Amino acid sequence: MSAAQPEGKAPMLEIRNLHVAIEGKEILRGIDLAVAPGEVHAIMGPNGSGKSTFAYVLSGRDGYEVTEGDILYDGKNLAEMAPEERARAGLFLAFQYPVEIPGVAVSTFLRAAVNASRTYRGEDELDAVAFLKLAKAKMAELEMDEKFLSRALNVGFSGGEKKRNEVFQMTMLEPRLAVLDETDSGLDIDALRIVADGVNRLRSPDRASLVITHYQRLLDYIVPDRVHVLAQGRIVKSGGKELAQQLEKKGYAEFGTAA
Amino acid sequence: MVSTPETVETVESATGEYKYGFTTEIESEFAPKGLNEDIVRFISAKKNEPGWLLDWRLKAYRLFEERRHEEPAWANVKHPPIDFDDAYYYAAPKQTEKPQSLEEVDPELLRTYEKLGIPLKEQEWLAGVAVDAVFDSVSVATTFKSKLEKMGVIFCPISEAVQTHPDLVRKYLGSVVPVADNLYATLNSAVFSDGSFVYVPPGVRCPMELSTYFRINAAETGQFERTLIVADEGSYVSYLEGCTAPQRSQHQMHAAVVELVALKDAEIKYATVQNWYPGDKDGKGGIYNFVTKRGACRGANSKISWTQVETGSAITWKYPSVLLQGDNSVGEFYSVAITNNYQQADTGTKMIHLGRNTSSTIISKGISAGHGQQTYRGLVRISGKAENARNFTQCDSLLIGEQCGGHTVPYIEARNRTAHVEHEASTSKISDDQLFYCRQRGMSDEDAVALIVNGFCKEVMRKLPMEFAVEAQKLLGISLEGAVG
Repeated sequence: MSAAQPEGKAPMLEIRNLHVAIEGKEILRGIDLAVAPGEVHAIMGPNGSGKSTFAYVLSGRDGYEVTEGDILYDGKNLAEMAPEERARAGLFLAFQYPVEIPGVAVSTFLRAAVNASRTYRGEDELDAVAFLKLAKAKMAELEMDEKFLSRALNVGFSGGEKKRNEVFQMTMLEPRLAVLDETDSGLDIDALRIVADGVNRLRSPDRASLVITHYQRLLDYIVPDRVHVLAQGRIVKSGGKELAQQLEKKGYAEFGTAA
Repeated sequence: MVSTPETVETVESATGEYKYGFTTEIESEFAPKGLNEDIVRFISAKKNEPGWLLDWRLKAYRLFEERRHEEPAWANVKHPPIDFDDAYYYAAPKQTEKPQSLEEVDPELLRTYEKLGIPLKEQEWLAGVAVDAVFDSVSVATTFKSKLEKMGVIFCPISEAVQTHPDLVRKYLGSVVPVADNLYATLNSAVFSDGSFVYVPPGVRCPMELSTYFRINAAETGQFERTLIVADEGSYVSYLEGCTAPQRSQHQMHAAVVELVALKDAEIKYATVQNWYPGDKDGKGGIYNFVTKRGACRGANSKISWTQVETGSAITWKYPSVLLQGDNSVGEFYSVAITNNYQQADTGTKMIHLGRNTSSTIISKGISAGHGQQTYRGLVRISGKAENARNFTQCDSLLIGEQCGGHTVPYIEARNRTAHVEHEASTSKISDDQLFYCRQRGMSDEDAVALIVNGFCKEVMRKLPMEFAVEAQKLLGISLEGAVG
């Protein structure tokens, strides 16, 4: 897909010399990355390399301080936007550890989320009937039981159910930029395929994804345009999809860190 | 309180300011300020009451005089001593004749109700809810009366019931909450202004939700509402009560008494959404809500259920209770209470098991934010004769921020070996993780808090009649505005 990109197309996400610290400790130490619309980039790296920090700083979590550099999303300075503003502008994070909210049904939560973005875009809110119709159609694609909708958000969900629920939310919200943080962890092979199908269905010339993963496995299903290796807070190597396969064979040892 | 589109719009347009903080410009007729025997006689005379009721009031007044410095001190609330002489005990909108229909009601009054989201004129077309609107001390309009009358249901201001059904009022008034019960109940008995009276005859299922909207309008007026609901054998009634008060800097007192009587096989559901003015963000002003609510399950197989959503008032002191006298009778208490800014609430219930095979359920959800302080105080008493009594209690506290407090004070007294009493309690906080998760999905801080709090309260909210549920949900969000960030 990357080859099909017209030359000079402005990147959707442009990161320049990004440094990020948590409680004064530098975790990301100068990241440069450009993601154009239509592209899928994979960020791979060993534990502790800064992958989740990268996901959180993009989505605007408190406590992740940008000490140097810029993150531009559609030319806007992302660091100045509140988390909900980023979300409404089409940035979605599939959480590595989705959060439980007791008493709040999946449908209630998701309808609030969908309508928050619709309101921001000046569209009418979806009423309960229209929402349910849409939700059930998306759930069928993801081979999810409709009973999911009435369960309390992530409460008592298995690891796989949580991840599938993240992808379900993503397909409902149709983000322009999806960041998937270790969405493959805890998934068996069938679930992995279903989740990957969900991500692939969203691929389009005006959307992009960042797939963060430790393992190459997910990338068999979500074939990336670019693969980047993150180690010790820096992107130490970038390449095409074949780079992921090399990593699978050799591990991360050559990047000076334990796998 | 029907959730008309206007209601929803009003709620949605509300900002962090108290949205019911307007006053209505109507000439009021006051009794002189202060409390003395003449005031009690004045109130009774204004309402053209029979001698027995005046005597009852005077007896209460004399008892109050003996005890007026004995405010209940055990509750976990703080306020300066109340100067009972620094308030008006009677205020009625000035009108020469009592209105016979909505057309005769002062349009300014009707506009007030419209701002509150209950346009009475529209009520007539909206199916299902009869509204008895209490404006300060006098009921101004009662709708659906004729339909109810056909079924023998009496639903009218209690002042009117005193005239039209004196025997019923006399039989039950004070029979659940005795005059001497507590200082505020004694005061109410002496000076009660108006309130609702409901009687449902044997075997009748009241065909609609009965609803009263209370509102304190005149400055420095205490509102002493008195409500009496009697469900005769085999009958059923569901009653909704909603409250608002305009914004004023002084503290105002609301000392209501509500009595419910359920005879054999009868059921009463009583739901309250209380959003009296809570004071400003620095704790200035607001209503003192000192309320005595109690129901008696007099007959076998009777049932009384209290549901309350308490978001308003500077101080709430309230324990809707059930006396389980009849065998197999059932008492329920479902409560959501919010204290934000400098609000204080000491609220809970008493379940007094007297009959055999009686059972009670208590679900209490307390939310504290800002500098709010909240105490759940509950008593479960199983008397010696109450064979096979059952109680289940669950008290959950949710804290938002570092300055607030949530306290649980359960009393359990079991005097019968067959008693089965369960108590569960939990305290939790809204976590940063939860807030971030919601915000990452596009919700604002405040919407996220409202969503999480509604989830926390779900078990109670689903007990509310549909008409109430939507507005009550929004009210939770509004009450907690400014609680985070």
